[in-house]
Amino acid sequence: MYDFQYVKPANLYDAVAAMGSEDAQALSGGQTLTPTMKQRLAQPGTLVDLTGVPELKGIEVGPDSVTIKAATRHVEVERSAELRAAIPALVELASRIGDPQVRNRGTIGGSVANNDPSACYPAAVMALDGVVVTNNREISASDFFQGVYATALEENEIVTAVRFRRPDSASYQKFVQPASRFALTGVFLAKFGPEARVAVTGASENGVFRHAGLEQALSASFTAAAADPVAVSADGMIQDLHGTPAYRAHLIKVMTKRAVQACGG
Amino acid sequence: MPSVSMVVNGRQVSGEVEGRTLLVEFLREQLRMTGTHVGCDTSQCGACVVHVNGESVKSCSIFAMAASGAEVATIEGVANADGTLSVLQQAFQDHHGLQCGFCTPGMVMSAADLLKINPNPSETEVREWLEGNICRCTGYHNIVKAILSAAATLRGEAVAAE
Ligand SMILES: Cc1cc2nc3c(=O)[nH]c(=O)nc-3n(C[C@H](O)[C@H](O)[C@H](O)COP(=O)(O)OP(=O)(O)OC[C@H]3O[C@@H](n4cnc5c(N)ncnc54)[C@H](O)[C@@H]3O)c2cc1C
Ligand code: FES
Ligand code: FES
Repeated sequence: MYDFQYVKPANLYDAVAAMGSEDAQALSGGQTLTPTMKQRLAQPGTLVDLTGVPELKGIEVGPDSVTIKAATRHVEVERSAELRAAIPALVELASRIGDPQVRNRGTIGGSVANNDPSACYPAAVMALDGVVVTNNREISASDFFQGVYATALEENEIVTAVRFRRPDSASYQKFVQPASRFALTGVFLAKFGPEARVAVTGASENGVFRHAGLEQALSASFTAAAADPVAVSADGMIQDLHGTPAYRAHLIKVMTKRAVQACGG
Repeated sequence: MPSVSMVVNGRQVSGEVEGRTLLVEFLREQLRMTGTHVGCDTSQCGACVVHVNGESVKSCSIFAMAASGAEVATIEGVANADGTLSVLQQAFQDHHGLQCGFCTPGMVMSAADLLKINPNPSETEVREWLEGNICRCTGYHNIVKAILSAAATLRGEAVAAE
């Protein structure tokens, strides 16, 4: 790993200022960035540790929405009773990320900023009509996630929070890739009135996406059987040693049906 | 070089580090506390698990500077003050929870964190908790037995050694 200057600002103002220095990069839980730097795939000149910024921590549950600040760790989401009452599927999702030590460090801000094609949170942000809040704007989920490891973030921009709309019901079904513990394919389903939203992670070569066909079918009839006739194409699905495109396409439907059943449909 | 100070196993320590110095490097190479192991160096294996402010974390994926001012606990601090093994360590011995022993420091530190949060875990909970600790020797069964047995002992229940 190349050396760098480590700074740990104590408030958001100082963090934004520090991100303005040359080759600065944000450090949150470090569960992705540290291994990346060891491989020399990232070489920041200054690493701005965001975990000491109080404005970036906490969970706020409102009547229509839930806001999770960026430096909130997976373990805090997993153990939040308030959040479990509001959106239990989010708590379930966090509790199945990686392992306990990863959850003790990894954060939601790092997860969405990284936009790993197999990460769990991006699917939740898409399905729950989420908004990514930064130090200078709000970005809707569909504008934020722009393909594999690509997001709408400008250089030096800091994710400060993620806001989710509260659904009537929701479920995250993850088919675990047992070596990495990421999703081999995962489906986040959310229901808002008659509208069903189906977001898929781990499957597409273009990263997280919503499946229009499944959404249409489930919005018309919220039953597992309604998913059966929907064509899920294997075009553009990931091919690797863990699964073929056809296998992943098949999993999308299986995971969607399980999610519908978990939502009582 | 920036200097860093923290409390390790109750002792105030400090040293000069680079930004890139990992917590595990600070422990092993500067403090010469080599009980914490590096198995994979890619955040997968859990051989490097220590506690930072009471929570188990992988010390190969935290910079030493990020642990500045923290309370760190390592395997060297686990035994009783008189040098005898702690209940958890003794259970690993009694139940043959180790063979080569490479994963053991991480296993013990990870399990200690679990028993603090959940003094009465089910077998499934123990196995799920050990998701991030890889053992190439034992096949895990005896590690799980050791942790369940230590949990029972710590709850004050009588347990028969195997
Ligand atoms: C063994 C293992 C298993 C895992 N399993 C899963 C899994 O099952 N599901 C899953 O979803 N994830 C998994 N992860 C990833 C984990 O969730 C990471 O915590 C997450 O991807 C990154 O979060 P972080 O806080 O560690 O970010 P970091 O590693 O600190 O940062 C990641 C990237 O985001 C940037 N960044 C961080 N915070 C901000 C911010 N506030 N604003 C702007 N940019 C920012 C950094 O510059 C960096 O580029 C796993 C990781 C490991 C090591
Ligand atoms: S050495 Fe840290 S997880 Fe393997
Ligand atoms: S005892 Fe050898 S790796 Fe676990």
